[in-house]
Amino acid sequence: MNTTLDIHSFQEKLDKDYNIEPKDVMPDDYRKHLIRQISQHAHSEVIGMQPEGNWISRAPSLRAKQILLAKIQDEGGHGLYLYSACETLGISRDELIEQLHEGKAKYSNIFNYPSLTWADIGAIGWLVDGAAIVNQVSLQRTSFGPYARAMVRICKEESFHQRQGYEIMATMMNGTKEQREMAQDAMNRWWWPSLMMFGPHDSDSPHSGKAFEWKIKLKSNDELRQKFIDKTVQQAEVIGLTIPDAQLKWNEDKQGYDHGEINWDEFKRVINGNGPCNKQRMDHHKKYHAEGAWVREAAAAYAETISKI
Amino acid sequence: MTNQEALYIYLLRLGDNALINGHRLAEWCSRGPFLEEDLAMTNIALDNIGRSQAFLKYAAAIDGKGKTEDDLAYKRGEREFYNHLITELPIGDFAYTVAKQLIMSCFDVLVFTDLSNSKDETIAGIAAKALKESRYHFVHARDWSYRLGKGTEESHRRYQNAIQDLWMYTGELFEMNEVENILLQEGISNNLQEVRSNWINLIMPILQDSSIRIPTVDYMQTGSCKGIHSEHLGHILSDMQYLQRAYPDAKW
Repeated sequence: MNTTLDIHSFQEKLDKDYNIEPKDVMPDDYRKHLIRQISQHAHSEVIGMQPEGNWISRAPSLRAKQILLAKIQDEGGHGLYLYSACETLGISRDELIEQLHEGKAKYSNIFNYPSLTWADIGAIGWLVDGAAIVNQVSLQRTSFGPYARAMVRICKEESFHQRQGYEIMATMMNGTKEQREMAQDAMNRWWWPSLMMFGPHDSDSPHSGKAFEWKIKLKSNDELRQKFIDKTVQQAEVIGLTIPDAQLKWNEDKQGYDHGEINWDEFKRVINGNGPCNKQRMDHHKKYHAEGAWVREAAAAYAETISKI
Repeated sequence: MTNQEALYIYLLRLGDNALINGHRLAEWCSRGPFLEEDLAMTNIALDNIGRSQAFLKYAAAIDGKGKTEDDLAYKRGEREFYNHLITELPIGDFAYTVAKQLIMSCFDVLVFTDLSNSKDETIAGIAAKALKESRYHFVHARDWSYRLGKGTEESHRRYQNAIQDLWMYTGELFEMNEVENILLQEGISNNLQEVRSNWINLIMPILQDSSIRIPTVDYMQTGSCKGIHSEHLGHILSDMQYLQRAYPDAKW
């Protein structure tokens, strides 16, 4: 095989904005980068089921309970598409889960924060899914075909989640004094971690260089963060929530908001394992994965028996 | 007991069964043996919660006191719940949940088949939808019954134990009391004694094909038709009703 030629055609495809498909020859580093990014995305969907799952049993109405259950199922479903997209790159789901358990693969930092009140379910839907959408909309045009196609479907569902989360916040802001306090408190706790979801400033983003060349990443961390802030500030104002940033100010020249400095020490500390729930989230995932081993073995043994009949 | 009172209690029972079963199944969220099963269990939970909403809404209308389905779900105490005891038992291990689901889905398929022909059109409508869902729940439980029963030594042992432990909760499903008798005469509900023999005909071959010994028990638990429950229900309600109870003036 003439690798140079293949890489050349890989480059040509990129230049012409064609998708790269699983059977195409691609540079090893492109493959590795995608496995890292898509698996991190898949793990995030799955670990994110924990903080939201924390409120299923206590959801305050039958309607709210159904919406939350359906939302969490959507997230699990996104995890499935993304694991499948990742498997097309030649790695198995078992290996990906092993990497997660060994700490070699990460998941979104945001899920290392706890969901303390019902308003947190609103804040997660509105802010966390809202931030995720901004990122995922741009990924609909990412260069790897299976990832781009997964994003199209995921974005449709995430925009529902975002509206449903906003509805929870709006209802609470329209409610009793205690409900309004709960909603503002959730806003205060989730705002900054949501901004951190876009990653470090462009000047400090270690994986971005190649990702742009390969058209995996199409917009920078700061561009995406700005987009999120600009669309969210107004939504907060409409329902009477205050953004917990004294320096937040409309900038006429850039037609966007200026914001205060993000606490990057906290970001680094949580990413490196010392957030409120890092240990809890991983222990939970490991525990139930291990507890399910006998079920997976039984299913495999039965499938084996049946295949012989 | 008037026909209307009987209908109200009957609807509470249908609604509570779905609500409490759904509550328990939802506990599998993020705890499944693999992601597909996590989703399957919570999907069945979702069907159940939807069904409970429909039955409780109708119960509230029959009651005629201006309550909503949420008032009935969130503001009744444990002695006013009529779900079968089996639904409130903890989820246990995966084998225990599969055994619960096999027992309940066989029951649900048969009951909703009958109720989809109920003279009460609202019940018939809800039952027709519930029947479609329950057929899927049944297939899911049946297939897992085979896998666990014939999978490995460990899965067989766990599943056999689960069926053994749960069997004493099956007698209650087929009890006929004043409520059922009144509504049976009206053509609204069905004959649970007939359901019992159909249920045995449905579940026995599945257990046999799963290499599971049919349990013999000398005592069947009872009580839920009088609102007498296990100790588990109170904890479910204190969890489920927490926000509605703690903030009674709030709308969510």
